[in-house]
Amino acid sequence: MSKVRGAVVVDNNKCKGCGLCVEACPCKVLTLSQKVNLKGYSYAYMAEPDKCTGCTNCATVCPDAVITVYRAKID
Amino acid sequence: MENNILDQIIKPENCVFKKTRLLTDKPFHYCPGCGHGVIHRITMEVIEELGIEEQTIGVAPVGCAVMAYDYMDIDVQEAAHGRAPAVATGIKRVYPNKYVFTYQGDGDLAAIGTAETMHCCNRGENILIIFVNNGIYGMTGGQMAPTTLEGAKTATCPYGRDVSTMGYPIRITELVAQLPAVRFVTRQSVHTPAAVRKCKNAIKKAMQYQSEGKQGTCIVEVLSNCNSGWKMSPVQANKWMEENTFKYYQPGDIKDNFKLLKSPVIEQQ
Amino acid sequence: MGELRLMKGNEALAEAAIRAGVDAYYGYPITPQSEIMEHLMAENPIKTTGMVVLQAESETASINMVYGAAAAGKKAMTSSSSPGVSLMQEGLSYIAGAELPCVVVNVVRGGPGLGTIQPSQADYFQTVKGGGHGDYKLITLAPASVQEMADFLKLAFDLAFKYRNPAMILSDGVIGQMMEKVELFDYIPRLSDEQVAENCPWATTGKKKGTQRRIITSLNLVPHLQEQFNQHLVEKYKTIQDTEVMCEQLDCEDADYIIVAYGSSARTSMKAVQMAREKGLKAGLLRPQTLWPFPIKQIQSHLSHAKGFLSVEMSAGQMVEDVRLAVNGKVPVEHYGRMGGMIASPADILQALENFKQSIN
Repeated sequence: MSKVRGAVVVDNNKCKGCGLCVEACPCKVLTLSQKVNLKGYSYAYMAEPDKCTGCTNCATVCPDAVITVYRAKID
Repeated sequence: MENNILDQIIKPENCVFKKTRLLTDKPFHYCPGCGHGVIHRITMEVIEELGIEEQTIGVAPVGCAVMAYDYMDIDVQEAAHGRAPAVATGIKRVYPNKYVFTYQGDGDLAAIGTAETMHCCNRGENILIIFVNNGIYGMTGGQMAPTTLEGAKTATCPYGRDVSTMGYPIRITELVAQLPAVRFVTRQSVHTPAAVRKCKNAIKKAMQYQSEGKQGTCIVEVLSNCNSGWKMSPVQANKWMEENTFKYYQPGDIKDNFKLLKSPVIEQQ
Repeated sequence: MGELRLMKGNEALAEAAIRAGVDAYYGYPITPQSEIMEHLMAENPIKTTGMVVLQAESETASINMVYGAAAAGKKAMTSSSSPGVSLMQEGLSYIAGAELPCVVVNVVRGGPGLGTIQPSQADYFQTVKGGGHGDYKLITLAPASVQEMADFLKLAFDLAFKYRNPAMILSDGVIGQMMEKVELFDYIPRLSDEQVAENCPWATTGKKKGTQRRIITSLNLVPHLQEQFNQHLVEKYKTIQDTEVMCEQLDCEDADYIIVAYGSSARTSMKAVQMAREKGLKAGLLRPQTLWPFPIKQIQSHLSHAKGFLSVEMSAGQMVEDVRLAVNGKVPVEHYGRMGGMIASPADILQALENFKQSIN
């Protein structure tokens, strides 16, 4: 059975770790990392990638326009 | 296994959201969680979607968004503090067929630039004013703005805004809505995905109104957080805004196509 | 020969603006220059040449409207008188900092403060020494007749666009209000939007696909880049100083005493020079038509024979400082002037010249 799956790609080094995407994600996919980027921010990443539906909520609220969202039907 | 699936999904043809090409690659200088980035992005998305970038001239303010032109990949003029509506008037009068918008904060628009704002609106200049209201002077380090809520603490009202000596938070959007030449007035926010989408639609509608050649100023006020200035986390700040700011500055359309939708809020304090 | 008319200086300037193909006038009424906007509104050039005329809510708004139109490559101007021009200083500094071509007219009245509505030349310092904040210069033209009010309007725009620099026409209440015969130049068509885009590739006219966006700003937070920009301005100003000085000289070649005067003071001084010559006093008149760039070399060219320079101005003595800098201590330099809207008569000036001569000998 095919299923709609999403994925987000965060530009790690431009992410400022504000956490608004984590809050906005209805499927609790995103988390702030333990690691920090070049600027010292904990960046957002997909902790639970299999839950992502590609709804784009995270990218919609991202103040730094660093999230790209993909969506596809996976068999 | 999971990586294989991700590889299948993350392909250019599956992309459903990416940064508009009308934003430059320069990282925003704004604080983490600041609303300016979202408002910049949706404004540029609207211009891209309408295909009007060759006919659009933006006017940047003084305030946190002073370098908005570093991020917006369109022609932009930087105005002196508060003067953006006058600058925009100057442009629009000699280029009536171009799209002109200003991007201003609360200090810029509702304090030092009050005269320019009121008279631009009173003439019904056919421009769009994007008014970002975060209730504080962010750039200079968190001082009181004309829009700061009663009792709110800032660097220049450390004991809270006392309306008996400092005046009331000004609802300039409701004020200009009273002017007959103003066409569209709305108050939006960008604190949730739904709010961002609504706000973008409002900006798009206002931008499209310009193309109709009908004279009339459009104002989209956007409530935004200043989490650094408010001394909260971005998530906390958005919640605080919803619980406090929204009571005084109620979101929603105030005027459309010259018709007032809401009577002005006048309350005895 | 162009059309001959009897006009006020203010009206001639306004008429010249329409004829010079100016795109926009933004202004605010103030005495003694209100005839400029009144004439423009009455002529309603939007119907003929397409020129926009707009009464703004303040001088602050006017100058910023000029900023907007100028930054989009259009020929924009404003006019005012002293208190209003004070209000424009912020905008002028930004315009100079963003290197925008535009024309600002100051029909000077007496100050400080509200002062008087009568003529004065007390805004010399404000105009040529800065006025607003930061290191910048305004190309400054000083008309002394109704004819020059018309001609300098066009010249000011030519210079402004040649150097991407604001130009000021520093007139006074006498020149603005008096009526004289003026020969008006023929209509020059306004430039089309396409011509503007071609002539001003720097202007914000809308970013064409595949081209770089244009940013008009005076902000530069990186110190060495701001210094580089300041240095660029210094070089531009040097070129202007070297090339654009204009001045008129009367009987200076053999003069013992040279009056330096501009605007309406130059007209009364001209008569005083004539009277002095009749009395056997070898006087001359050097009339700067550009106050910045100042005619330094022209003044210095007379140091071989002149025994002294008298700066005649309707002020407490402002241009006299630039005359002193040019003369650099070689011969005595003095100031004579009336203030508060009082105008020195030729006899007053002749008397001042004779007193000056006596003080030297």
